[in-house]
Amino acid sequence: MSWGSPAEFFAMGGYALYVWGSFLVCAGIMVMEPILARRRQKAILLALRRERIAEELNGETKA
Amino acid sequence: MNNRLINWFKFASPQSFYPLAGRMIPWFWALAAVFGVVGLWISFFVAPTDAVQGEGYRIIFIHVPASWMSMFIYMVMAAWAGLGLVLNTRLSGMMAQALAPTGALMAFLSLWTGAFWGKPMWGAWWVWDARLTSELILFFLYIGFIALQAAIDDPRRADKAGAVLALVGVVNVPIIYFSVKWWNTLHQGASVSPGKSPSMVATMLSGMLIMALCFWMYSIAVALMRVRAIILEREVHTEWVRELIEVKA
Repeated sequence: MSWGSPAEFFAMGGYALYVWGSFLVCAGIMVMEPILARRRQKAILLALRRERIAEELNGETKA
Repeated sequence: MNNRLINWFKFASPQSFYPLAGRMIPWFWALAAVFGVVGLWISFFVAPTDAVQGEGYRIIFIHVPASWMSMFIYMVMAAWAGLGLVLNTRLSGMMAQALAPTGALMAFLSLWTGAFWGKPMWGAWWVWDARLTSELILFFLYIGFIALQAAIDDPRRADKAGAVLALVGVVNVPIIYFSVKWWNTLHQGASVSPGKSPSMVATMLSGMLIMALCFWMYSIAVALMRVRAIILEREVHTEWVRELIEVKA
């Protein structure tokens, strides 16, 4: 397929709303999902580190 | 016992799977990116305009991969859940739990892109057609699985309840797949089916298959990311998690 101009490309032969409405939502989801998964991983790691520090401090006060 | 069996069970433990998953994730992301770039290039610049549907048909390049993945992820999720039910392995339930949100999003994307394709071609965003309705049920099955697991505090019991739901729901997958054959539906027949030459030009087909590979790699990568978080969440009070370098740092 050869597009005459960028405008023609974005117009998608009159189907712009439908084609871009599909592709953009798809792209949005595929960007958001890994970000959320990454955030979940960071949250649990942070909690684990805090717990570890708390335990260390607790050990020091006991000693 | 032979070596392969031992190795297999070794990686079935969360402790050894956690670092393995971590090493695999960048590779799957890289593959997803490569297939994505090539697939999109073919989708928009190589594949010709459709004789009937004009440029509107290009939605196929995400609609079909998303639909395939929604069904395939469900099968894999149910298989892991079933495995967990039978063997009582810890990792199985975590895998099933990690796959569910990705599958739900794929089902959502399938319905969403389908609506955006149906509107210009059929004149309706939604019809209560066999294909569409059974895919909607798949989406609800995913949501039900996620909600059921979230509602049960004990993760092992949540795994078991979820597994039963997931296994019962498997019956829906062949219904989706064969719905276009079994009933008169508005939805077009399968573009690609085993044992039959595909009903589309080679460039369109290759674009679709490469996009499907991209979706495949994406799903594996994101599910592995999620399973790592789930492993840590569930194994919080184990010695090996305590000793992880990421936790010590």
